[in-house]
Amino acid sequence: MAVLREETHAEEAARGSRRPAGGGASALPPAVPSPRARSRWPKRAELLLLIGPALLVFLAFVILPVVLAAYYGFFSWSGYGAATDFVGLRNYITILTDPAFLEALSHNAFIVVMSLVLQGPLALGIALLLNRKLRFQSLIRVLIFVPYVISEVVVGLGWSLMLQSNGALNGLLEKVGLGNLATDWLSDPSAAIWTLLVIITWKYVGFAVILFLAGLQGIPDEITEAARIDGASYWQVQRYIVLPLMGPTVRIWAFLSIIGSLQLFDLVWIVWGQYVAGTAGTSTMATYMVANGRNSGSYGYGNAVAVVIFLISLVVALLYQRFILRRDSAVNTTGGAH
Amino acid sequence: MAIAAPLSSRPRRRRVSEQSRRSSLISYLVALVLVGLMLAPVAYIILGGFRTNSEITVDPSGFPQSWAWSNFGDVLASGSFWTQVLNSTIAAVCTTVFVVVLGLMAAYGLSRYSFRGRAAVYALFTAGLMFPLTVAITPLYILVRNLGLTNSLAGVIIPQIAFALPLTIIVLVPFLAAIPNELQEAAAIDGLGRLGFFFRMVVRLSLPGVITVGILAFIASWNAYLLPLFILNGEASYTLPLGTQAFASQYAVDTAKVLAFTSLSMIPALVFFSLFERRIVGGLTGAVKG
Repeated sequence: MAVLREETHAEEAARGSRRPAGGGASALPPAVPSPRARSRWPKRAELLLLIGPALLVFLAFVILPVVLAAYYGFFSWSGYGAATDFVGLRNYITILTDPAFLEALSHNAFIVVMSLVLQGPLALGIALLLNRKLRFQSLIRVLIFVPYVISEVVVGLGWSLMLQSNGALNGLLEKVGLGNLATDWLSDPSAAIWTLLVIITWKYVGFAVILFLAGLQGIPDEITEAARIDGASYWQVQRYIVLPLMGPTVRIWAFLSIIGSLQLFDLVWIVWGQYVAGTAGTSTMATYMVANGRNSGSYGYGNAVAVVIFLISLVVALLYQRFILRRDSAVNTTGGAH
Repeated sequence: MAIAAPLSSRPRRRRVSEQSRRSSLISYLVALVLVGLMLAPVAYIILGGFRTNSEITVDPSGFPQSWAWSNFGDVLASGSFWTQVLNSTIAAVCTTVFVVVLGLMAAYGLSRYSFRGRAAVYALFTAGLMFPLTVAITPLYILVRNLGLTNSLAGVIIPQIAFALPLTIIVLVPFLAAIPNELQEAAAIDGLGRLGFFFRMVVRLSLPGVITVGILAFIASWNAYLLPLFILNGEASYTLPLGTQAFASQYAVDTAKVLAFTSLSMIPALVFFSLFERRIVGGLTGAVKG
């Protein structure tokens, strides 16, 4: 930089010395644009060029729909033509007093809690295991991530065929003499939500493991090696050094898991479908939204449900930030680099 | 330390190695059980594709007796399967390319320029992470319909780009911020402007992060269900997930063929992921570090 500026001065001096021949000495300062003025406009243009496109797409397709949902939520609207039938808060009153919605909400709450309880410890254990130096390490990793990588449709179809009352799981149970455990895993209301939790855990534990492995890689080897030299056992190192250092990563994962559980749709819709999800007790707010919004031709109502899901997620997110993420000064979802 | 460590550890070494051998044996055992649990349902799908429907009905949890390749042959010979593969490929490639290009540009602007509102723009993008597609899907569908993009891949691709941007930017910003200023100054001395520096150096230096977000965007697009479900309603524009589901309901009685179709549809994402698994974990390290 310093070199650059000196060059500019040299140029300026050279031009300046030539200039008096043609014009007055007073024309000198404006003739050479000041470095600041010269760099500001190009900088703004560069910024617009760099950030503009991404910001535009993001605002138009992520932020605008949420704003539109808030607007349409006040109308009774079939989705065609202009929304003119303003109904005020009636959609919201219907949602909040509909037993089907409240039931779906309670399923979401159950899934939020159980996902944290089941996946957190399991994923930590798997990540610690995969972080050890094992032969075939990368093969084992890839195989454990398979469920996370394949699509919800594949997972849903595979599990629903496997869990049918005359499916592979019940067949297997009978083969090994546990036939009395066989049940209708998908439609028995006392079993279905647990079936859903098993599928969710199987599908998404890999995501937690990936995040945790990334967090583990961020812990310098020197720290754990120093503890080992001081005589700490493997488990002591994990418990007193690695786990506390994993705090920020675990808290970010928990945040993403909670938000994901509140918005759960794909697996329920694919395995149970619109109607069975209600009777089997696996409906979620999102399946309620699609069933009673788009699939019933009530776009105003569907948008109102979207707003309710949005507000619930927002409140949970803000509370989580306020009380849990606050501890991580650098880890903050609304500002600062991670 | 250098002297003390060998002295104190020598008498203990034998005991430690015996202990570590036993504990690594347990590690392998646990890993084996885990791999088994994670793969069993996938194995059920793939092996089921090799069975006949009568085998599946008689013994739902058995192994293939005759290895019927015809199920796979039938699926591969059908035009609709390849149309869906093509649609999924177009959607995933376009989404990935645009997410990486737009995300890299925005992350560069956010991490290497100082300007008013920088923190606010970054916060806006990260806030997007909190509100996945589910909340926006109903109005998004109306928006896409008003743009006349329903039933076209563009109607899926553009929203997918928008929804992949937050994660992309969050992963890339630390990579770009970590490039030392000296490098940029050296490049400036050599006559590269900020934009020249971006194209000549930054893209190469942030490659690990770019690969991570690229793979994540590709897999997310390949597997996407909710958005195509709303936007695409003609068979000709179906992507693989929609096509798989349609196939499953159309051939509900032909379980073996459904399983063959399902196995084939998961291959690309699996191949992609296994090639780049190490890079994904590496690329996320910067993003989750506290």
